[in-house]
Amino acid sequence: MVMGSLRQETQVVVIGSGPGGYVAALRLADLGKEVVLVEERSAFGGTCLLEGCIPSKTLIHAVEVKENALAAAAFGLGCTGTSIDLDRLREYTGEVVDGLSGGITSLLKRRGVTTIQGRARFSSSTTVEIEGGEISGIDFEQAVIATGSSLNNLPDGMTSSVWSSADALKLPYVPESMLVVGGGYIGLELGLVYQGLGSKVSVVEFFPRLLPGADHDLVEVMVKSVQGRLDNVMLDTKVRSIVEKDGGGFTVRVEKDGKEDTHEYAMVLVAIGRQPNSGDIGLEHTKAQIGERGTIRTNNECRTDDPNIFAIGDVTDGPMLAHKASREAKIAAEVICGHPVEFDNRAIPAVVYTDPEIAWTGITEREAEDGGIAIKVGRFPLAALGRARTLGRTDGLVKIICDPDDELILGVGIVGPHASELIAEGTLAIEMGATLEDLVATIHPHPTLSEAVMEAAEVALGAAVHVNPPRRP
Amino acid sequence: MFEFKLPDLGEGIAEGEILKWHVEVGQTVAEDAPLVDVETDKAAVTIPSPRGGAVTALSGKVGDVVNVGDVVAVIDDGSAAATVEPVAAPEPPAAVAPPAAAPAAKADGRRRPVPAAPATRRLAREMGVDINTIAGSGPAGRVTADDVRGTAAAEPFAPTAESDTAVHVPASSVADDQAFAEFAAHAASTIPFLELEPLPDFAVDGPVEVEKLRSIRRKVARKMVTSMTLVPHVAHMDDADVTALEEFRKSQKSARSGDPGIGSLTLLSFVIKAITAGLRAAPAFNASLDPFKEEIVYKKYYNIGFAADTGRGLVVPVIKGTDRKSIRDISTEIAEKAGLAREGALPAEDMRGGTFTITNVGPLGGTAMLPTINYPEVAILGMGRVQEKPVVRDGEIVIRKILPLTLAFDHRIADGADAARFVGELIRQLSDPNLLLLET
Repeated sequence: MVMGSLRQETQVVVIGSGPGGYVAALRLADLGKEVVLVEERSAFGGTCLLEGCIPSKTLIHAVEVKENALAAAAFGLGCTGTSIDLDRLREYTGEVVDGLSGGITSLLKRRGVTTIQGRARFSSSTTVEIEGGEISGIDFEQAVIATGSSLNNLPDGMTSSVWSSADALKLPYVPESMLVVGGGYIGLELGLVYQGLGSKVSVVEFFPRLLPGADHDLVEVMVKSVQGRLDNVMLDTKVRSIVEKDGGGFTVRVEKDGKEDTHEYAMVLVAIGRQPNSGDIGLEHTKAQIGERGTIRTNNECRTDDPNIFAIGDVTDGPMLAHKASREAKIAAEVICGHPVEFDNRAIPAVVYTDPEIAWTGITEREAEDGGIAIKVGRFPLAALGRARTLGRTDGLVKIICDPDDELILGVGIVGPHASELIAEGTLAIEMGATLEDLVATIHPHPTLSEAVMEAAEVALGAAVHVNPPRRP
Repeated sequence: MFEFKLPDLGEGIAEGEILKWHVEVGQTVAEDAPLVDVETDKAAVTIPSPRGGAVTALSGKVGDVVNVGDVVAVIDDGSAAATVEPVAAPEPPAAVAPPAAAPAAKADGRRRPVPAAPATRRLAREMGVDINTIAGSGPAGRVTADDVRGTAAAEPFAPTAESDTAVHVPASSVADDQAFAEFAAHAASTIPFLELEPLPDFAVDGPVEVEKLRSIRRKVARKMVTSMTLVPHVAHMDDADVTALEEFRKSQKSARSGDPGIGSLTLLSFVIKAITAGLRAAPAFNASLDPFKEEIVYKKYYNIGFAADTGRGLVVPVIKGTDRKSIRDISTEIAEKAGLAREGALPAEDMRGGTFTITNVGPLGGTAMLPTINYPEVAILGMGRVQEKPVVRDGEIVIRKILPLTLAFDHRIADGADAARFVGELIRQLSDPNLLLLET
């Protein structure tokens, strides 16, 4: 046996072990396939687990506990101050990540999935070569590409010593002041984490609004709540240059309405989106095609243009979200095994872990407007909800978007505490083809925030008991 | 634009199953170039394109059944619709692809996906039903699992796989499981002790090739299961001594080889004539039992079918009015119809109306068989291979030409004694050509 020329044969090779790749590997193994999983990193879990969702939500939760403790003064609970042990917080986040990554390792092992560390590149429609691994290549019948996405590069003229979101999640230190470039969900979530840890945080966004994908009424409630926590929010503003100063800190030149301005920050966090990892994986040796935005072209069975090759998750079209990748993973695995499945989901929920959280699913009001789709909307403010009062969190609302004719639920938008959890009911309602009456006639436990979903449906139905009817003239 | 309607494929053929498209939408087809292969209950035919031009629409996928007169393709031959059919009002375009607006299409023209639970959507895919074509019975037009099953039941032979033959389909796909479970439950509720289980995945033990059950094969399958299920079969076997008959036949054949009827003279022609005489004497074997009306219908005409192996499957050409035809006429007709059947060109009219069937596997070999009655007939005669055998005649062993015969008959109408008499009479007539002359 000569090292470096050892080849392996398998039925299916999965490239990448994020929430797309590892789920595909497990499902394939459960369905009786012989599976090899190739991961470039030394740990399983991909961006989501190693430098995305999981560490960021751990930090967000930590800050939320601190904020809640401080807010408890309003209930008469004195909190004389909070201290932050950054080392312990970093260690704790690492424990969470390691625990979950180890869990994936054991799931893969129990299923008999062969795992190989290395970089996989296709050399044909049935072979990949592995760089940096003990195995030099794999001959497969089918492949699932789950290579995910990576951070967008900084434009020219920007220094590279700024932080990316991955850098920030490692908690190197808490800078005294920080500019977050990018008012999307990653920038806002991490900006609020560092604010909670003690930084003076400003945000600059190229577009005239924060969270451009979300409906304005939801974003407005969140902005109002976090306004006091953010130093300066610059919208409709371009970043002209970021220059590192001698002796630390950055000088940032911004431009708004043709006027330039200069600000100084101890650190700059750049969160300007992600790009699909479709290059440098040898796709040119297969029949798979890359679309306009760099994503691998797939159909609703997650098939690429190459009959042997499937692609799922961030490297394909659609929102770059872990739960979308996991759903596609199961579809690809089942299609490979001959099941009659396809991606026909009606709604992919989106969640933003700001404080309060924002979540939406199905159609947004904005999309309905842009698409000329007639809708009816029922809004219910959390201020009218008992449970929200008990929590002292009345900053929020739930809205139900439905078809005005037959009241089929088309979309749900939520801003408020635990919006991330509450949105699940809305997604289920849309997938099941539920109507307003279905939500209204379902008993929701009291007192909970989930009652707001039922109440919003009642408002849309014009039958809300907890909202005053419009005054008669 | 030229709307090409499925042409009349022969007498009595109302529909055909699409076997293969030779063109795709967007392709250009030349006049008289192959357009589509269609298989009817009797034959597969390639239909050429009557016009040349770009194919703008094809209706129906492989496995779909289309009716004669349905628009199967729209060809842009450069003409406007009006110039093609200048007088007649345009045909309703309902049968043309694209499909009629789905029920979910809104008045304002926009379409939204049909509301249906994910499990229902999966069920539709498993049953090969396009859920977007179903008008849901639930609130807001929600499609229920029952809606899907109802739609699937309305088109029971809709193929679930788009692909044609020789594709390996995983044997234990959930779709098959579901359809099977429903079928098995239904069947078991009507037949006590009947237990149906899905077939194992044969591919586990070695390579397999899977082929769809198509028209003729499917038709044979239906007929045979119906016959074996409904009719209590009994078989009666005996041997006929055809030494004299064969001598006579061969001498006539060689003497008159120029005559098409005599030149192709086979034993079958004599048997048909002898059977006709037998049926007149024993009308029960030329009858049908109507189990729903509880009546026996005795037919006063004699149409004898003979099973023909065509390479595409079993076809039974029928010789009509055999009581009014000479052996020579019958012989001529057998040769003619067998030839047409092999070419797949036998008119449907020549395959219907039989009152009794003969299956002659003799030329291929065989001494005994248990033929299946061609339902709703009452009996079928199987002819084995004529062989020289030592037999005892008048206390001496002599070599005679022996034809083994098996009569399978419907025990609801006839009994063993009837069959013994019927076959005995047949044997008697086949033993002496003079008797055929005298008695038939």
